[in-house]
Amino acid sequence: MRILEGKGVTKYFGGLAAISNVDFHVKKGEAFGLIGPNGAGKTTLFNVISASLTTTSGTIRFKGENITGLKPYKICRMGVARTFQTVKIFPDLPVISNVILGLHFGMSAKISSAEKTQKAAEYLEFVGLSKMIMAPAKDLTLANQKRLEVARALATKPELLMLDELMAGLTHTEVGEAMELVTRIRERGITIIMIEHVMTAIMSVCERIMVLHHGEKIAEGKPKEIATSKEVIEVYLGE
Amino acid sequence: MIVTFLNVVIAGLLLGGIYALIAVGLSLQYGVARVFNISHGEFIMLGAFATWMLYTMAGINPLISLVISGPFIFLIGFFLHKTLFRSLLNASPSMNIFESKSMLATFGLLFIIQNIAILIWGADFKGYSYLNVGVNFGGAVFAANRLVTLVYAVIIGTAFYLFLAFTRMGKAIRAAAQDPKTAGLMGVNINQVLALCFGFGAIMAGFAGALLSMCYPIQTTMGLEYTVIAIIVVTLGGMGSIVGSFIGGFILGIIGSIVTTIEPSLYLVVFYFIFSLMLLVRPKGILGK
Amino acid sequence: MDIATLKTKQNLITGAILLILLILLATLPLYKPGYSVILLSSILMYVILTVSWVIFSGPTGYISLAPAAFFGVGIYASAIIGKAIPFPVVVLIGGVASFVLALLVGALTLRLRGIYFAVFTFGLVMLISNAMNYYEIHFTGTRGRFVMVIDYNTIYLYMLGIFVLLMIAATIIKRSKYGLALMSIGQEEEAAEHTGVNVVMVKVIIFAISAFFMGAAGSVMATKWTYIDPGIAFNPFYSFMPVLMAIFGGMGQLFGPVIGSAIFTYLEEFLITKFAELYMLIFGAILVVSILYLPDGLVGLIQKLWKRFSERKHANT
Repeated sequence: MRILEGKGVTKYFGGLAAISNVDFHVKKGEAFGLIGPNGAGKTTLFNVISASLTTTSGTIRFKGENITGLKPYKICRMGVARTFQTVKIFPDLPVISNVILGLHFGMSAKISSAEKTQKAAEYLEFVGLSKMIMAPAKDLTLANQKRLEVARALATKPELLMLDELMAGLTHTEVGEAMELVTRIRERGITIIMIEHVMTAIMSVCERIMVLHHGEKIAEGKPKEIATSKEVIEVYLGE
Repeated sequence: MIVTFLNVVIAGLLLGGIYALIAVGLSLQYGVARVFNISHGEFIMLGAFATWMLYTMAGINPLISLVISGPFIFLIGFFLHKTLFRSLLNASPSMNIFESKSMLATFGLLFIIQNIAILIWGADFKGYSYLNVGVNFGGAVFAANRLVTLVYAVIIGTAFYLFLAFTRMGKAIRAAAQDPKTAGLMGVNINQVLALCFGFGAIMAGFAGALLSMCYPIQTTMGLEYTVIAIIVVTLGGMGSIVGSFIGGFILGIIGSIVTTIEPSLYLVVFYFIFSLMLLVRPKGILGK
Repeated sequence: MDIATLKTKQNLITGAILLILLILLATLPLYKPGYSVILLSSILMYVILTVSWVIFSGPTGYISLAPAAFFGVGIYASAIIGKAIPFPVVVLIGGVASFVLALLVGALTLRLRGIYFAVFTFGLVMLISNAMNYYEIHFTGTRGRFVMVIDYNTIYLYMLGIFVLLMIAATIIKRSKYGLALMSIGQEEEAAEHTGVNVVMVKVIIFAISAFFMGAAGSVMATKWTYIDPGIAFNPFYSFMPVLMAIFGGMGQLFGPVIGSAIFTYLEEFLITKFAELYMLIFGAILVVSILYLPDGLVGLIQKLWKRFSERKHANT
């Protein structure tokens, strides 16, 4: 089943096309990679899917429903969650409150206040943050803040999770831990789209990868195909 | 019929020139220095009263006294930025927070400046007569002082536009408006540039006030209304665009003139209606980025 | 005693203290009539304006400069319908009128960046003043209006009632999921929206609720001025004072604005007779100084000093 589908997705900033006529689809349950040099339009594509930005033209469908033009909070409640390239946690709120917000507003089931606190603690444990649930979020290390963002996203009970450069700025060990986290998320049945520059991670985790360059899709396929594709290599190493 | 309409339009242009100047001042301060100066109108008032004082007490020609009062007002703005806003900038973790804090600080400044003025000059209307002679312009008569106001406004605006476009300092200002960090890395003394811009914004207000004092009676509480008008002009024309400020200023001036001939007390309501319309349809303004 | 029982005990003690204070305040007209009642009414007015302002602008960082507009709407509601309708209904209508106005303003401007909201609300006072002026001159043929007279004890009790309702509302909002939503909006609005928060609706509704209390307060206080006109009712100073008191007092806790309001109202009463322009000047200067040197307000400063003091104590043991 195609959980996410985009046809002719285009976004202009003034006269510049950040993404141009991109067709893509993501299958339910898979890990889909999105790569490309800096400025290729990867985060713009995320922004357009999650409705941080409006599309200039094109349609996006989630589980068959047209979500183009909907507000971000609606898309979140429908089951799409994301993290951000520059970590956007709520710095002056305690770690657990960051997650509880997702339980309050991001999911449709009505549960009691005590249950929310308990569930929040569970999500924090899932990402490995049980030791610091009361700390102000700004006091966390970058790696932990990224974990917190994931926990908050998971709290909205998404079926699709979009990770924007989860591994950026992480040490080698931390990258390994992040990859392991992604695997555990997939075990829960959540479909994943990830933007990454850390090639080893993307190649080993994702089943399909799409390559963007100057806003256009230049390649799509299995990791092995992408790794050996002439166009992709040129784009990364320069002409 | 056409003559009356033309009269109204031209009268609107005359007022629009002043509107344009105050908008340019506000635009400079927020567009570059990122300080939304809601005490802007008080600087207009200071310019007006300085000119009035120099004329009534020392007989100095209002058009010349700009040379005296202008630098003073510029320095007030310059030092305000160097001290107050520089400290706020250093104490603010993000640009959003700085914008909030600095705007609130200017709210305090509003009450400080206005009340100092009331203490010095009282709260009554003051005025003087200068060039209050009629000039015949193809059948219609306009007051010479208002024509001079328009001419001066256009000259000042054009001069400043050229300054921004062609001088080294002007380019530094435009760079700072686009990207302060990079401009700083390129060797622009950002602290100096921001303070200068704030000073320039203040002097624009001062000029506008001086011109206003020539044509209308003035009051120490006059500032608020002009700040609100400046806000609306800048929203209409686009923040950061000098040409936009002039376009917006003239449009609002003409509309204001039309409304004033029909129903004078409603002009602010009409302005706010336009304001609301812009926010609904195109918040960044006609020429805004 | 375990933590749960300790907390309940603390809550009960706080509750008891507040109740006693409330009873003392409510019976004030009986044992200290006259000037104290009038002064306290003014203090309550500013407290209501300030706390209402803090409910919305505190956590979200969206600076509203409109309190004077909502307060003025309440004043005019009283003046226009006050003589024909029972007073409690008048107060309610004043609040509702402000609520509706805030809904409109919010729906228009809270979809945009905070600066648009701030400057739109800044000019709102002048706009409504102008509009009211036009209406009065052309439709009712009057310049100003005479407001009905109500004895100052009644005014005081109404203000006390509004204050209590406000504090209850403020506490409920703060502790609810909407309080959390407001804070998340103030810290990272985009992330909040992506976590399922309908940010525009939350902002607009809370803004309107805060306006309700300002309008209700206006309707009550209108009876203090026997004669009003748009210039008197719509005074930018009533936008300035809540901002000053909130920033000086501190916006983190609810009693910061209460303390700030009490101090400044007292100062105002003291200075207004002799030094009208001077005190406004001084207050302006205090605002600037507070923004510079009291980032968390007076309460925040005291909390910081207390923390440092108790840390030093522990360090020595």
